[in-house]
Amino acid sequence: MNLSVDLIFKIAAIGILVSVLNQVLIRSGREEQAMMTTIAGIVVVLFIVIQLISDLFTTVKTMFQLY
Amino acid sequence: MEIFKIAAIGIIATIFSVMLKNQKPEFSLHISIITGLLIFLFILSKLASVLEVFNTLAQKTNIDTVYIITILKIIGIAYIAEFGAQVCRDAGENAIASKIELGGKVLIMVLGIPILIALLDLIIKLIP
Repeated sequence: MNLSVDLIFKIAAIGILVSVLNQVLIRSGREEQAMMTTIAGIVVVLFIVIQLISDLFTTVKTMFQLY
Repeated sequence: MEIFKIAAIGIIATIFSVMLKNQKPEFSLHISIITGLLIFLFILSKLASVLEVFNTLAQKTNIDTVYIITILKIIGIAYIAEFGAQVCRDAGENAIASKIELGGKVLIMVLGIPILIALLDLIIKLIP
């Protein structure tokens, strides 16, 4: 198992992108679309996080024989 | 060395987390979760070899495997409960974090009861 930093970079990039888009959309007076962008970004990041969490849980389960 | 990798990842993730905190706090939480998970998975792969040695040692000394499996299960529950509680505490939800810890404690107690019963049986057998 190697330590991969690119996941952190990916999430930080999504976060920066979403916050920039959010500000641009709010400045141009589209609050609803800004909200939608935020939610979409959160869902995308949540998928990555959930995948990694399930990976961790299966690893711990098999290692410590927790069934 | 692995510790440099872990420390570097922690520092990088902290910088990103602080950068995003006043714009979008939820992304900063995600970054902290991912960092914790990455470091945790990395450590677990190191821990596997230690557990192997532990198992062979137990087989050599003829300890009942039920006890070893119970100890391993307790350690696993403790790791997972600690991780979940720390994530919740990071996000400022102290109540949920203490509930997770309570759940972990109760499950550990349930697993530990057979060992306690075995100990009590032994004591009763020793007392004539």
